[in-house]
Amino acid sequence: MNGVHDMGGMHGFGPIEIEADEPVFHEAWEGRLYGMVTSIREEHDVYGPYGSRHYIENIPPAQYLASSYYERWMLALESALVNKGLLTAEELDARTMHFADDPTADTPKSLDPELAARVRQRIYTPQSLEQKADSPPRFAPGDAVVVRNIHPEGHTRLPRYVRGKRGVVARIFGAQGFQDEPTVADGSPQHVYSVVFEASELWGENAESNQRLYIDMWECWMEAAD
Amino acid sequence: MSDNHNHGGEHHPDPLSYAEARTKAIESLLIEKGLLSTDAIDARVQAYEQDIGPLNGARVVARAWTDEGYRKRLLSDGTSAIGEMGFFGAQGAEIVVLENTPETHNVVVCTLCSCYPWPVLGLPPRWYKSDAYRARVVIEPRAVLEEFGLVLHESVEVRVWDSNSDIRYMVLPERPEGTEGMGEDELTSLVTRDSMVGVSKAKSPALTT
Repeated sequence: MNGVHDMGGMHGFGPIEIEADEPVFHEAWEGRLYGMVTSIREEHDVYGPYGSRHYIENIPPAQYLASSYYERWMLALESALVNKGLLTAEELDARTMHFADDPTADTPKSLDPELAARVRQRIYTPQSLEQKADSPPRFAPGDAVVVRNIHPEGHTRLPRYVRGKRGVVARIFGAQGFQDEPTVADGSPQHVYSVVFEASELWGENAESNQRLYIDMWECWMEAAD
Repeated sequence: MSDNHNHGGEHHPDPLSYAEARTKAIESLLIEKGLLSTDAIDARVQAYEQDIGPLNGARVVARAWTDEGYRKRLLSDGTSAIGEMGFFGAQGAEIVVLENTPETHNVVVCTLCSCYPWPVLGLPPRWYKSDAYRARVVIEPRAVLEEFGLVLHESVEVRVWDSNSDIRYMVLPERPEGTEGMGEDELTSLVTRDSMVGVSKAKSPALTT
């Protein structure tokens, strides 16, 4: 979707704020949130086929911009949990009021060593994209390509700033399942390429000198350039 | 009495932020419903607070600087070479390593969210997740790098990598001058997180004690 999350090339955000020696989590709730999201999505598939990104991208734009990284995760998690029927908005609101009214109240504790071991093991288990496409690659390194000018309303991994632009295939990666909500293709594995664009192709006269941009491209997004 | 005004009265704890109260609410409901457990959440937090961080990537880099065969494997099949060191898992299904040289400088971003190679770098810093970095580094990388204190000569090609698929990117920074004869452990201490994202160079031994 042409959402506010698709930020590449936007102006107006100001300088990069760099913090020396920052902690992994700045506040305890960020760690709890991170731990919940990463473990529950493996245990209960709460987010569905397009992952947490689908829910993050559907946060209303003004709210998205006003939220921190982990606040976005929080909004996405609660939407997914309610959508999946694992909890209701009413009970969530009521419990939020409870903790707001009594800041010293603690969360209940439970131990499930088997679950904890499973969660821990997944963190350290080798993963693989390991997918096979049905057909041989249509493009080879050095091929000139043009990116399709598409504007899917659902989740897409194709940023706006490369759509309609001309690039060159730099290398072929292994195939990956197509992750967009199915408008231009289904979720079958496709060849993924690294495609390089001249900065001037993307940004015209605003481009800095001697710069190129590399991006991963599923095959269905590209056509051969004339 | 007046010297007693902070004591003896009712104690008012600081109010929680909305996110704190909301997160507590979510956690308590998930635990009551048996969907998660406290120790499962703890396991994720502890892994990234105590174990998985940029020291992993620094070890990979230091080995690549001292072992030419390893450097070649790392650049041709990053995932396997990093796996040899015992680093793999969540957000590391496929890691591609990009080599910085005097002629070419690579820098990594995820404009759509904040994808990052967790097994080698841990969780991303705030600036990597910031709207400003995501928006700007693709259109004005030299200006962004200057904010990190890195000024590149015009003759250096800047390559920006947008991590939009499930591939994750890590930068192999240049080995600093004056490090001949240093062993892997000493070299590891020169490799910063930022140098492996590509917003800075590895530390110079002249600047460390």
